[in-house]
Amino acid sequence: MSPLLEACEVTHCFGGLCAVNRFSLRLEPGELVGLIGPNGAGKTTVFNLVTGVYRATRGSIRLNGTELVGRDPHRITALGIARTFQNIRLFKDLTVLDNVRIAHYAAMRYSPFEAVLRAGRYRAEERRVLQRSRELLAEFGLEACADEPAASLPYGQQRRLEIVRALATEPRLLLLDEPAAGMNPNEIGRLMDFIRQIRQSHALTILLIEHQMKLVMGLCERIQVLDFGATIAGGTPAEIQRHPKVLEAYLGVEEGA
Amino acid sequence: MNPCRSISAWLVASPIRGAALPGLVLAGAVLALGIPRYGWVNPYIQMVLVYIGINIILAGSLNLVNGYMGEFSVGHAGFMAVGAYTASVLTFKVFHLAGASWLFPVAIVAGGLAAAVCGLLVAIPSFRTRGDYLAIVTLAFLMIVKSVIENTSYVEGASGLFGMKRLTTLPWVYFWMVVTLWVIRNFIYSKYGRGMLAIREDELAADLMGVRTRRVKILVFMLSSFFAGVAGGLYAHYLQYISPRSFDILKSTDILIMVYLGGVASLGGSILGATLYQVLLEVLRPSTFNEAFQWLPAPLFQWLSDHVFNQLDIWRMLIMPLLLILVMLYRPRGILGLREWPLLVPERDRPGKRPSAGKGGGA
Ligand SMILES: Nc1ncnc2c1ncn2[C@@H]1O[C@H](COP(=O)(O)OP(=O)(O)OP(=O)(O)O)[C@@H](O)[C@H]1O
Ligand SMILES: [Mg+2]
Repeated sequence: MSPLLEACEVTHCFGGLCAVNRFSLRLEPGELVGLIGPNGAGKTTVFNLVTGVYRATRGSIRLNGTELVGRDPHRITALGIARTFQNIRLFKDLTVLDNVRIAHYAAMRYSPFEAVLRAGRYRAEERRVLQRSRELLAEFGLEACADEPAASLPYGQQRRLEIVRALATEPRLLLLDEPAAGMNPNEIGRLMDFIRQIRQSHALTILLIEHQMKLVMGLCERIQVLDFGATIAGGTPAEIQRHPKVLEAYLGVEEGA
Repeated sequence: MNPCRSISAWLVASPIRGAALPGLVLAGAVLALGIPRYGWVNPYIQMVLVYIGINIILAGSLNLVNGYMGEFSVGHAGFMAVGAYTASVLTFKVFHLAGASWLFPVAIVAGGLAAAVCGLLVAIPSFRTRGDYLAIVTLAFLMIVKSVIENTSYVEGASGLFGMKRLTTLPWVYFWMVVTLWVIRNFIYSKYGRGMLAIREDELAADLMGVRTRRVKILVFMLSSFFAGVAGGLYAHYLQYISPRSFDILKSTDILIMVYLGGVASLGGSILGATLYQVLLEVLRPSTFNEAFQWLPAPLFQWLSDHVFNQLDIWRMLIMPLLLILVMLYRPRGILGLREWPLLVPERDRPGKRPSAGKGGGA
């Protein structure tokens, strides 16, 4: 089976600090993989490299064989990768509906001239995307607040909206950066169900960063552990939990498993 | 609260909603055609109406960049200058010689296109810079335009160009105002317009959601400067005199006041701001005060008249920028900031129910 995503010996340095160092990763289609590691290990930087926010200093990242290094973020999104952010980055003043509609940008096919002249294709595409966005919101229980500003949603709903917005770009690969941050055990349980649900309904491959061990261990089929920008271990949740290097790296770090 | 907003909300809810906007546009057209022909209002009011129309084009187009996209351009007068000079050279030196002033609309469009090309040049630095730095880039653009004109003898340099025919009439201004608002509105409620809003909110997140941010920035700057150029052409053929000084930083400041007074990211706001600004300008004339304060004791009146009222043209240069500062401090989003007259929102984009919390201005 050919991998969906393949990162090979990726290195990225900020000045002298190499936040990611010869990092490699293979994701098979349909997998749900966890990326864990202590604070500052370089996990978010990996996401930023995959999505084109940063350009890798060395190494290659391929999606279905297509090289991603050097491409603009919107190109990479169009190729089928979507993400959420560690600190929620919704379009706060815009409505919940518009947050989702914006994510359809690449999928809407009409020119600026067709837009300003209200051509038939513009109307049809707008109608289609409005319908589709409302369906997405309804699917995830957000339709009641479609016209509210995104910032007015409660925290948990904002996290959820961020995932829905990412789904609206119709990704094959979804990157979740600490989706459970700031949630209580109840909410984490619901989030786990939610992630399982979207994985099925949207046929996703998921890579997630998380500090909440309950979620990582309960959800992921495979886990890769990062420390100081380098992979120190990889394997099933059971293997990772007894891996000596992992225990060492996490020594003194709270573990909620 | 706001009467225009309430009225338009009522119209949207009323049974005539489908016909409300076309009806208003038509009524406006009847007025715009009838007023000059039948002299329904005096020439002074007609002049004020022409200026309000031009102001609305200027404020609406600047609002794209400063309000909807959240940049801060101070170069709008520069785009206006490019449009004004291009259109004037065409009608005055090219078409006039060919005896064809009916080519006026062609000249106006050409002025807009020339300005749009300049908009493209300003859009490129905006890929890498935001905020203060981009404001400085637009300021530099304004100064470059000014000095290029000053050093071009073909358009009489610093002494200015005059002798254009008065081709700008109330119907023409009204026509271009409606075109501007219609085009801008359609743009706002398209994927490109939503991309522009997303850039304002979070440029990186917009890019990561698939928005081609550079392309959107180019479109916004070009569209904005196109209509600034159109307004410049109309202005030149109304005043029949333009000079580099007509398009200096004070002119840009005026347009900024209209945008920030009326409300950022709101076309209704720009209409309101442009109108309020012109009315304020007309009120702040010596005669207004000399007439209104005649009841004061004679010595006091004489003193006020000499030192304040008759100096208002100078005071205005102080009052207007001061007004801009006050608005930005106490109501940074303007009267209608981020809110739209429901009438101006396409049917598809009207919320099923109004958002509960309108987030107006407030310091
Ligand atoms: N833009 C940047 N400039 C300089 N250094 C950076 C930048 N971004 C991240 N770093 C550094 O790179 C290292 C890795 O950061 P990163 O955000 O990837 O960690 P992380 O594993 O996501 O940590 P956390 O669990 O706290 O989110 C840290 O030492 C951080 O300070
Ligand atoms: Mg992180």
